[in-house]
Amino acid sequence: MKKNESLRELLYQLADDNFIHAFRGSEWLGLVPHIEEDVAYSSISQDTMGHAYMFYQLLEDLGEGNLDQIAHGRKPEQFRNAIILEEKNGPGSYLEKPDYDWAFTVVRNLLYSHFKTIQLESLKQSSYEPLSIVSRKIQSEQYYHLMHWETWFTQLMLSTEVARTKMEDAIKRIWKDLGGLISLGNYGDEISANQYIDSEQKLETRFLESIEKVFKKVEFTIDENPGMLRGNGRNGEHTEDLKQAIETLSEVYLSDLEAASW
Amino acid sequence: MPSKTIALKKEIMDILQNVKDPEMKPISIVELGMVEDIEITENTIHVKLLPTFTGCPALDLIKENIKNEVKDALSSLDNKFNVDVKYCYHPPWTTKRISEEGRKKLKKFGIATPSPDHNPGDPWEIECPYCNSTNITMENIFGPAACRSILYCRQCRNPFEAMKPIA
Repeated sequence: MKKNESLRELLYQLADDNFIHAFRGSEWLGLVPHIEEDVAYSSISQDTMGHAYMFYQLLEDLGEGNLDQIAHGRKPEQFRNAIILEEKNGPGSYLEKPDYDWAFTVVRNLLYSHFKTIQLESLKQSSYEPLSIVSRKIQSEQYYHLMHWETWFTQLMLSTEVARTKMEDAIKRIWKDLGGLISLGNYGDEISANQYIDSEQKLETRFLESIEKVFKKVEFTIDENPGMLRGNGRNGEHTEDLKQAIETLSEVYLSDLEAASW
Repeated sequence: MPSKTIALKKEIMDILQNVKDPEMKPISIVELGMVEDIEITENTIHVKLLPTFTGCPALDLIKENIKNEVKDALSSLDNKFNVDVKYCYHPPWTTKRISEEGRKKLKKFGIATPSPDHNPGDPWEIECPYCNSTNITMENIFGPAACRSILYCRQCRNPFEAMKPIA
């Protein structure tokens, strides 16, 4: 095994999660329910892209190459993000007939923010100091994201019957793939043995305890554990949706490379 | 440390007073608490900066402005120094780092700052920058820039912005 390989794997997971999640958020620009939300959600996505930047920076520092190249120059199978984060916001595209799903988006953001909070708490104790420093910084911003999505989640769960049904359907659907977010992939044992982050079992237990409290406030329960229906993104398994995300995100960067090589 | 280096460091700090936040023009990056350290080696001036919010698009702009400002100012003396600007995350930037002078300037600009004693999870104690009333409401935690929120004063009926407490 290459030196630090498990550390690199973990950093790719963190960087790619934030990168792809920020992109899906940015696709909502101009389409969210009201203008205040447009300001808020784009600000959250901007922060999240900043978090991806910091994790890619750590990979650059480890000699993985230029950070723009790391972010834009890889093939889908080299990405380590969770499958649930790459899923499109709904049918259509932001340029043409976007029929995006707000309930799905609120629930995905709530569950991601919750897990990220647990993750950062553990990463602050990481044996790799640069990672613990970066996590401390991210945590101060993440605090506001969690607050925002909890507000949306609680209000929609307690509003009309239609909203409640849509929200519950979204939770159940996302739950089937949420295990892919908690997973540390094939390198999980080495990652936790090296104390870069706690084991996925510990993270999962803490996550379930914390989310249960949120669900309880809105009188919702779910019995099964989070699943990995469509595979494990940590091991390079992905859906067609990731291909679309990378192609869109990297279009300008890659066209510039062509221009530079003339 | 040779006294010449100390004098030069002070001079650089004075020059950095001229580098303003591109989105909040009255306040300098020094008053904002972004400058963590200045190190002078044989031929390079290293400026260590703490980013306020990591996704802030102004960060690269600030970096370039520092380079230009320092180079311009030093060229009148002797131009033997390169300028190197690096962002680092330790210690993390917090709103406590904004200087008293900086707070006054932001207030005059219509931006309230959280109390320097604010701790994470505490309720916000924000005063309207125009009339000092605490009879205010939060309109949106997320404002026109990553570092600011939008509020409304019920007393003087003005909308205003506040720096998000970061601890």
